[in-house]
Amino acid sequence: MTVGFVMLVHTALHRAEQVARHWASHGCPVVIHVDQRVKKERYQPFVNSLSDLENVVFSKRRACEWGTWSLVGASQDASELMLSRFPEVHHVYLSSGSCLPLRPVEDLKQYLAERPLTNFIESVTTEDVPWTVGGLDHERFTLRFPFSWKKQRRLFDRYVTWQRKVGYKRKIPDKLVPHLGSQWWCLTRQTLSAILEDPDRKIYDTYFKKVWIPDESYYQTLVRLYSDNIESRSLTLSKFDYEGKPHIFYDDHLQLLRRSDCFVARKIWPKAERLYATFLDTKINPMKGAEPNPGKIDRIFSKAVERRVNGREGLYMQSRMPGHGKEHGKTSGPYSIFEGFSDLFEDFEGWLSRSVGARVHGHLYAPEGAEFAGKQKVFSGALSSEARLRDYNPCGFLTSLVWNTRGERQCFMFGPRDNQEISWLVATDPNAQVSVISGAWAVSLFRSNMSFSEIRREAARLQKIEAEHLDILRSREVKARIRIWTLADFIESPMEPLQMIIDEIAPRNVRRLAEAPRMRDLTGFGQFLQNLKNQGMKPHLMGDFPMGNESDTRARSHKRPYLVK
Amino acid sequence: MRLRRKRALWRAFQARRELSLVQDNTPRIRPDDILLVCTLRNERIRLPYFLKYYRDMGVRHFLFVDNDSDDGSREYLLEQEDVSIWHTAGSYRKSLFGVHWMNWIARKYCHGHWTLTVDVDEFFVFPFCDTRPIQALTDWLDNSGLKSFSAMLIDMYPKGPIDAQFYREGQNPFEIAEWFDSGNYMISTNPEYYNLWIQGGPRARVFFKDDPYSAPSLNKIPLVKWHRNYAYMHSTHMLLPRGLNLVYETEGGEKASGALLHAKFLNTFVEKTREEVERKQHYAGSREYLAYHNRLEDDPDLWCNWSEKYINWRQLEILGLMSKGNWA
Repeated sequence: MTVGFVMLVHTALHRAEQVARHWASHGCPVVIHVDQRVKKERYQPFVNSLSDLENVVFSKRRACEWGTWSLVGASQDASELMLSRFPEVHHVYLSSGSCLPLRPVEDLKQYLAERPLTNFIESVTTEDVPWTVGGLDHERFTLRFPFSWKKQRRLFDRYVTWQRKVGYKRKIPDKLVPHLGSQWWCLTRQTLSAILEDPDRKIYDTYFKKVWIPDESYYQTLVRLYSDNIESRSLTLSKFDYEGKPHIFYDDHLQLLRRSDCFVARKIWPKAERLYATFLDTKINPMKGAEPNPGKIDRIFSKAVERRVNGREGLYMQSRMPGHGKEHGKTSGPYSIFEGFSDLFEDFEGWLSRSVGARVHGHLYAPEGAEFAGKQKVFSGALSSEARLRDYNPCGFLTSLVWNTRGERQCFMFGPRDNQEISWLVATDPNAQVSVISGAWAVSLFRSNMSFSEIRREAARLQKIEAEHLDILRSREVKARIRIWTLADFIESPMEPLQMIIDEIAPRNVRRLAEAPRMRDLTGFGQFLQNLKNQGMKPHLMGDFPMGNESDTRARSHKRPYLVK
Repeated sequence: MRLRRKRALWRAFQARRELSLVQDNTPRIRPDDILLVCTLRNERIRLPYFLKYYRDMGVRHFLFVDNDSDDGSREYLLEQEDVSIWHTAGSYRKSLFGVHWMNWIARKYCHGHWTLTVDVDEFFVFPFCDTRPIQALTDWLDNSGLKSFSAMLIDMYPKGPIDAQFYREGQNPFEIAEWFDSGNYMISTNPEYYNLWIQGGPRARVFFKDDPYSAPSLNKIPLVKWHRNYAYMHSTHMLLPRGLNLVYETEGGEKASGALLHAKFLNTFVEKTREEVERKQHYAGSREYLAYHNRLEDDPDLWCNWSEKYINWRQLEILGLMSKGNWA
């Protein structure tokens, strides 16, 4: 009893020769099918190179194209030859020229001998396969595919759409329940001969000739008719990427492959010298006995596919530039923006960085340049504080900052004096937490040394800018966590909102705020607003700020820092 | 676009007259060889390491255009068996900074080959380049049906003044210039040619902080499976046909990409700057070199607290400067 290998070969003939020789010299017959498209000058030396081995034979050549019947036809011919020529063969293993055995042949023989009636073939109903190319699963069996997917893609797609529209459906032969699976199988003589010698084979073959990618469905479907003893998994380790192309193994996968305990792996890069040298050398290949366990390789490859399809959230770079709405997250992590707080409180930045474990910047978009934490001229990732560099691409500046500081939350101040270009980015970014005290910029104006007419002009300008900004923050497309208070509302009870914001930034921080930020002296601020009104301006963003003495007393009562228990 | 491509090819065709073949080893090129095209001028000291680096990577043949070197560069290259050389005394500026020459050579010799077009101070890095040769990459690209591969330029610089350490012939330049900026790059798309326009890094940070628009472009597509109808347009920043410039994913995923480590900022740079300011043969009246020249007077240090020290490609991958895509 032994296992025979059917090899489908079309490139890297010297590697195929190496592997065939390995199997044959360990007592496993090999039947090789070489693609008709391989030129005679290359085919003949290949045949000659294996002529010293009696148990290597070549089957009739066919021209093979991916996705067509020719591959099944080739494997049928070769399998028939195998069964008739080598009666001692008990299992037939379908492999390709880029397969590499990872475990000693004896190991495989023993494994199969212990399971003499088991067919190893992945065979899954069409409802349950997540990995089909082009979104075609059940339709593979019911539509017609006269055009090549690789060469005549447009015709292929149009014809499929047309058939769908018209509602065309082929009839699936009775008894058949479509199944799909990896094309690399290992079947018992009993089952394989039953498939090949079935009196209805002609019907099935005729049907499958027009199914798309029949090598993934022919044996997988028919095997269900003849055997109950099916292990629905392939003994060949073969991973596919999101486009249905097989992943390739290189020398640096050596340890991974070793630890996988799989019998055969595909595809191996033909120039992977070390892999071939290691795994074909029976002396230094110690794997034994274990069940195949490709989990780790699975993870690596599915991560690679994930990286290709979704990419890293919030990263913009030379090979990832998501279009509008395709970002999977505009920034790479949560951040907080405080508007008006530094106008209202003295040293708000200092207080905030003491209260939360985050990096607190000043006005990153200030017209004079970015105020990075600690007044640094350059910050993480070598971002420069130069205003012109920042304003050259303000949104990129923010996404870069958040990306560069992954793992550390960034907080920064913002206001109507600053570059407003990031408003839409921030408003539509779920990672943004925006807290606004509207009209608080007036406190800074109130405390400034400018002449009143200048203040009047500046106030009108800032109010206009902030009103536009607030419109964006209140628009329908908003995804950010946004809170807006008017200045008047906020100073009524400043601690509650602050506590709320801080809790959201650092949810594990259960203790209450021990220290309140010191509010600036607002004595006379009400009168200041009244003066603006008297000058014909309408400062509306501050809310209903009380006038005169009353406000003074309240402001004074807040002047002292107090503790909240 | 078609016309522009034709015009570029026509210019390249005319440029052939400026090139005289000095050493022809092109008959040695075999069908699957990976080729390298490079224009140089007075880079003798850099050549030994450059050739070694790319030979080790798996490049099989070098096609050099020598723009009238007088420091022995040409003589050095004449000794190499895998090198073909053309000499030209033509104007670097008039040949669109070497683009016409390179397009001509690529058209004539690189058709059907994976072709790497780099300068002598650019060192290609790609995913898994420490364990796999470049053939692994090109085979994978072939398999995936890709024809071009992007590699962003990353300016490397030393700590301290640029001319403090002397570069020795044959030395790995990144023993000296081992620092880079990891996250201050500005990206926009160019709707005309579909390519990305990337600027930033230490050059924008130090030399172009008042005029970021003029900062040098860092986007490059140096590795292309060449076809005789392709043409580079501006250095290796973009190509025609435009589809070759679509090396980035717009649906949210990441395509595979590499990096070109730029060993420009060595002690040789100071000398070079002086020369180039006089020759005025570089892009936009050598304004780049003028900017360097003005700043170099006060001996700037490109290094800053947040500079990153280069380790390997995996580091660049993690920092988000390049990507493995779905290659594993």
